[in-house]
Amino acid sequence: MRTGRLVIKEISYRKVGFVLGLVSIAVAAGCLVGALALLKAHDLRTQAIVERKEAETKVIMATLEDDMRKAMLKLGFNIVILPKEQSLGDWHADDYGSKYMPEEYVDTLAQSDIVTVRHLLPSLQQKVKWPERKRTIILVGTRGEVPELHRAPKKPLVEPVPAGTMVVGYELHQSLGLKAGDQVELLGRTFTVHKCHEERGSKDDITVWIPLDEAQDLLGKKGLINAILALECMCAWADVGQVREDIVRVLPETQVIELGSRALARAEARTRVGEEAAASLRREKALRAHLRGERERSASVLVAVVVVACGVWIAFLALANVRERRPEIGVLRALGFRSGQILFLFLSKAVLMGLVGGALGFLLGLFAGGRLAVGLEGAEPDAVTARALFDPAHIVLALALASCLSAVASWVPAMMAARQEPAEVLRQE
Amino acid sequence: MLELKEVSKSFRGPEGEVRALEAISLAVEAGELVVVHGPSGSGKTTLLLVAGGLLRPSGGEVLVEGCDPYRLGPNQRSALRAESVGFVFQQFHLIPYLDVLDNVRAPSVARPQPGAVDRARELVRRFSLEHRFHHVPAQLSTGERQRTALARAVLNRPKLILADEPTGNLDEENAAMVLDYLAEFADQGSAVLLVTHDAGAAGRAHRTFRLDEGKLAPTSPVPGGAAVHAGMNHPSPRKARDQ
Repeated sequence: MRTGRLVIKEISYRKVGFVLGLVSIAVAAGCLVGALALLKAHDLRTQAIVERKEAETKVIMATLEDDMRKAMLKLGFNIVILPKEQSLGDWHADDYGSKYMPEEYVDTLAQSDIVTVRHLLPSLQQKVKWPERKRTIILVGTRGEVPELHRAPKKPLVEPVPAGTMVVGYELHQSLGLKAGDQVELLGRTFTVHKCHEERGSKDDITVWIPLDEAQDLLGKKGLINAILALECMCAWADVGQVREDIVRVLPETQVIELGSRALARAEARTRVGEEAAASLRREKALRAHLRGERERSASVLVAVVVVACGVWIAFLALANVRERRPEIGVLRALGFRSGQILFLFLSKAVLMGLVGGALGFLLGLFAGGRLAVGLEGAEPDAVTARALFDPAHIVLALALASCLSAVASWVPAMMAARQEPAEVLRQE
Repeated sequence: MLELKEVSKSFRGPEGEVRALEAISLAVEAGELVVVHGPSGSGKTTLLLVAGGLLRPSGGEVLVEGCDPYRLGPNQRSALRAESVGFVFQQFHLIPYLDVLDNVRAPSVARPQPGAVDRARELVRRFSLEHRFHHVPAQLSTGERQRTALARAVLNRPKLILADEPTGNLDEENAAMVLDYLAEFADQGSAVLLVTHDAGAAGRAHRTFRLDEGKLAPTSPVPGGAAVHAGMNHPSPRKARDQ
């Protein structure tokens, strides 16, 4: 017969005491596992919230980006590059330049290493009489955006005007009754109306856009332009001074002026909205982390109190067991049992109780943690199932804690049993 | 086998020191059954506990098989008890949750031996308990309990059996049976020291003593038995029989 058989027989003989100890251990282990499961449910919930917020922010940012592109298109370019000798007073008074520069300037700029400018649009503008319609208009020749060969291509803000066509401003097409597809004579040349713009409330409403080369022909300015319109990159809001320096470095015979501060303001607003969304996300994360910290602290205190209380209860049960078994211990010592064997009898029972109680506590904690998570976290029951909350480390922890707790709580009574003088008991009996 | 030399034992009580044993000298040889009579409180149980290595004497020397258990460490003393000493108690002291067979086998946990199970079964049959193999002590009669305790005491074939009032709770028939078994152990070569009130025990003893107020004195030799002496340098019954 082995000592283990003695332990098992004794447990089956004194079932009530063992079950009471088992319940106590299960409560302690369950409390620990429940707290851990609750924290895990909190983490899962946090993850879900953050993912949802990130998705929402992404959608908001995408919408803002789209809005911004549209806004930029409406508000126009915010950088204008003019020939160096152009008088800004004249330019502001006439709304177009009287000095010209070579068209290849725009290609030079497009091939340069400037990173602050994304979109480049060469134009030739001039106020002209439209003799066929007896109107004064602003004629703009444009060839569409010039791609920057050293960068990944961006979706252009302005589409080029197809050859042989024109785009007409609001006031003009309204007053002249023009619509897309109409054939129109301009300075002796026939154009097809490609598009009619909506009202912009600016000089664009009396502007006609035609291809650049045709405008150069009509105005007698072959190979020349009088402005390059540019728009800064949304992700590289350098200050205008830096942009100016960059451009003049590449094109020394030019000057740069800033326009369209409304676009800038909107872009900044968009950036602020983006930053606010990111900050909101950070705040949410911080709030959840704070909440988790509070729960962790509460759980630590609760688990510690429960573990200590259970430990004391187990110690009392073990002490009662030792007192009840005094005659048995005396006889076993008389039969030649060493004190170490007596100690082993009691501690192995405690460890067995701890392992069984720990396993029960683990299941209890997992179940209770899931239920509490639904109540406290507002988690979806499907999101906090036992499978979702299961963590192999928790079962190891529960078994380790339970067996250690049981062994430590039983240690003093077991030592008392091991050190008991058999003669004292046998004489009393 | 067992030798007590000037052994004394005193306890501190509420009314001062109580001398339970006073300069006791006694030798029990192999094959000898020695009976010690005495009234309650005379120190009989103390004598057995001291002799069995369970209670350290205040003075004198105890030798079991020539070895003083009190000069050994706790574990060695336990090993000596497991190997050489068998105890029988008035209250039987069976383990309540073990059945008869496991109770008889219990000493084999302290001192594992090959064939302990077979030996236990054999003893259970020998003590006419085979119909109680798997009964726990609560299901046994008092006589059966004492027979189980006797079987347990001799499982490891101890050379010394110490019996404390083994017939105290038994009826006449069972008491006679137990005394016969103890006499048989002695005949088989064990040394048996029996403390009892039972007058019938004297008839089976090789020597008898009376313990009164801690002092041991020889009583009349039993007719047909060995010479009965207190103290040392007395012939053992085996020696007497051999003469």
